[in-house]
Amino acid sequence: MSDTIASTDSAAAAGPRKGSLLVLDKRTRKRNASEARFRLMGQIAVAIGVLALVGLLTSILMNGLSSFRQTYIQVSVYLDPAKLDKNGNRNLEDIAKVTTFGYAPLLKKALADKMAKEGISIEGLSEKDAAALISKEAPADLRRYVLAHPTSIGKTVSFNLLASGRIDGYYKGRVTMESAKLDRNVSPQQLMLADKLKADGVLTTRFNWEFFTAPDASDTRPEAAGLGVAILGSAYMMLVVLVLSLPLGVAASIYLEEFAPQNALTDLIEVNIANLAAVPSIVFGILGLAVFINFAGLPQSAPIVGGLVLTLMTLPTIIIATRAALKAVPPSIRDAALGVGASKMQSVFHHVLPLAMPGILTGTIIGLAQALGETAPLLLIGMVAFVREYPGAPPEGFFDPASALPVQVYNWTQRGDPAFVERASGAIIVLLVFLVLMNLIAIILRRRFERRW
Amino acid sequence: MSVGILILIVLGLALLGYFVGRQRALSKAANEGRKLHSLPSYYGQFLALFTAVPALILLAAWLFVQPMLIESHVSGLIPDSAIPEGGARSLVMSDVRRIADGLDALMEQGGLGEEDLTRMRADLTNIRSRLAEVGIALGSNVPVEVFDAAKTYRSEKNTGSLLMTIAVLGLSLAAGGWAFMRIRPELRARNNSETFVKALLLGSSLVAILTTVGIVGSLLFETFHFFQIYPAKDFFFSTVWNPQFRGGSDLGILPLLWGTFYVSFVALVVAVPIGLMIAIYLSEYAGRALRNLAKPAIEVLAGIPTIVYGLFALITVGPFLRDWIAQPMGLGTSSSSVLTAGLVMGIMLIPFVSSLSDDIINAVPQAMRDGSYGLGATQSETIRQVILPAALPGVVGAILLAASRAIGETMIVVLGAGAAARLGLNPFDAMTTVTVKIVSQLTGDTEFASPETLVAFALGLTLFVFTLGLNVLALYIVRKYREQYE
Repeated sequence: MSDTIASTDSAAAAGPRKGSLLVLDKRTRKRNASEARFRLMGQIAVAIGVLALVGLLTSILMNGLSSFRQTYIQVSVYLDPAKLDKNGNRNLEDIAKVTTFGYAPLLKKALADKMAKEGISIEGLSEKDAAALISKEAPADLRRYVLAHPTSIGKTVSFNLLASGRIDGYYKGRVTMESAKLDRNVSPQQLMLADKLKADGVLTTRFNWEFFTAPDASDTRPEAAGLGVAILGSAYMMLVVLVLSLPLGVAASIYLEEFAPQNALTDLIEVNIANLAAVPSIVFGILGLAVFINFAGLPQSAPIVGGLVLTLMTLPTIIIATRAALKAVPPSIRDAALGVGASKMQSVFHHVLPLAMPGILTGTIIGLAQALGETAPLLLIGMVAFVREYPGAPPEGFFDPASALPVQVYNWTQRGDPAFVERASGAIIVLLVFLVLMNLIAIILRRRFERRW
Repeated sequence: MSVGILILIVLGLALLGYFVGRQRALSKAANEGRKLHSLPSYYGQFLALFTAVPALILLAAWLFVQPMLIESHVSGLIPDSAIPEGGARSLVMSDVRRIADGLDALMEQGGLGEEDLTRMRADLTNIRSRLAEVGIALGSNVPVEVFDAAKTYRSEKNTGSLLMTIAVLGLSLAAGGWAFMRIRPELRARNNSETFVKALLLGSSLVAILTTVGIVGSLLFETFHFFQIYPAKDFFFSTVWNPQFRGGSDLGILPLLWGTFYVSFVALVVAVPIGLMIAIYLSEYAGRALRNLAKPAIEVLAGIPTIVYGLFALITVGPFLRDWIAQPMGLGTSSSSVLTAGLVMGIMLIPFVSSLSDDIINAVPQAMRDGSYGLGATQSETIRQVILPAALPGVVGAILLAASRAIGETMIVVLGAGAAARLGLNPFDAMTTVTVKIVSQLTGDTEFASPETLVAFALGLTLFVFTLGLNVLALYIVRKYREQYE
């Protein structure tokens, strides 16, 4: 015992206490510095995460917000009966025989007349080049109007027509005078004309409603491309997903949660659901192609096929959310129902299910939001096609070819014109707005109706 | 009669059956002076279920089986002589289908009757121009056998449709009638209809198994076809990926696997440290204000669709990396590269890793932390030496799940990593992955039965096996090494 005392004495006596408690020694300082570094790393990580989100959203907004404005030219077009209705009896069939080639000269003349009236002239600019300011889509719009209103032939009607893609790009900063010198599709003289027309109020840049309603347009006419078909196709698919996956998911969850015995079949079902939740989305696309299109012969690029594939993808999400909601209902409710004389099925359907409804609906909305953003499986069932007509009304409309919002974005990024990049970003903004809305509804539902037992 | 109307009729019959059954039960009880076993509505439910469910199941099965039967029968009718040089039976069959549709259109618009159609012959009438009048375009003149096959197809389809309508309605009425006969006051209607409903619930759960069976079955089936026309050894061991439109392609999976793993590796290098540190900081260090602000922000990253990330990679990250890093250093000139896709994929995986790690770290009991603090450790020492080792199996499981997600990701790599299949080490080069090639092979113009298209199924099967394996491995590791506290 004296040895130990001696050893501790010697340890204490080996050196007097170095420094006071209030001065940190080297090792403690190192540990504190390491702690501060660790904390800093954590803060940097959080900052990187938040910055990534901000950077992503800013980049998308910067690129896409300009797609919501579009340049239009206002021209008064004289609908010359000599060119449009040679027989003079306003017969729709005869009028329909005049193709858009017949309407284009009318536009050329209208613009030339306007320029003459205002006294605008740019040297080096021919009439044909001046007419190129108007989008190539405009003759088709004109023709559609005339076919709908045949009595307007012979009158002078004022139209608000799309300006061509390059002119639109000029007012959004994509095209400059320097780049116009090298560009095959536009010349600096055309830009100068556009400026003069803008000064006169003939050319305006305003909010672009047609972005939401117009169908897709060809590669050379980005100014006319719109999301109408894509939004409708996505809406149809969400409808199919809702109608199919909600009953199936809730039914499967009720079975698994309330009625399933502990046997091999139940284990198999649960393992399958957990696996399906982790399968990559492209494999569901392959399944859709092999089973729904090749085996069952459903039409390609149809909302019904997309809806079926997305249903299979959303089912695990809904099942997991519904099971959590059912588990959250306390057993006392079930016992009380049984105690009053209800059968098991009655207690589930009359008591447990209504109480779990808010959680089920929240899970469904979140599942739908995830399905809305899926692209890969839709690409494989043929939705990469260019669709110009709106799908019909349900139920036949489900079998018409259509597009979907995320697929339209992908489609547009594959095209060369930078105006399409702007439109793709604009479409993503629309998609994100829908998603934010759906998630907000889910959160509000949850806040309002959720009960804490 | 169209399928939609048939379904509506069956449902209408079921609704009618509900009221009829209920009424019968009540009237029988009144006549016989006895009390009903169950509530009256259950007798109605009993009758309605029997009327609707067997008929709808028969309808679904018929719609599934009928096209297969008709196709195989009509396909057998076409002699080999009618198949053009270098063509395939399937192309002739699609012509048959279009001619059949055209004949329907002719009947509707051209005012032709059934008699005229049966008398129409390919060698006497110019079928091609007749069909062009109603909007069906054909590539060449119609041989006699093909036209006869089209007529047979059409008539079989119509007969099948008629038989289906009769069978479905008949079953609906028969089952409903049988159930009607059984309605008596002693009938345990509630028990019977509840058993029926329980069977329906079990059926819905089986959809999950059916989906997996469908996935595995379709992948295996087509992969088997693929390995019949392309040697499996070349597929798994060749290092060249070069599909040719005309055949003679080299379809080796190794460059694609390399690209997949490289991109996923970069993504994990970005996501795991950042995600883990975010989870640690938010659960151990951050105050409530920061947690309430940062956690939802990170969750938002999880909810953004991958096409948005893809576009971000394409228009912002790619050009940025190329202009500021790759070109000045002379490492590459492409804006689609492994680094672009890996970086963006890492950003996408950050919330995934972060939320999984958060759950795991919170599961470590407070007693261990308190013990460590009691011994004088700083917070970071506690985390590094006590909590992380305790949470390690869970964290490894989270990393494996994130890897599985990264391997299966499509849109980011389609838009960000390019389409060049190569085995390289330069992260600024474009390298493609398995998922990109699945998309490009299945959305191209090649014929379905060619090896260039079928290879996509083989690729899909490989991908499925990999992700499944990773998930199973993650689950196994977590289960085996998880510490059981309490």
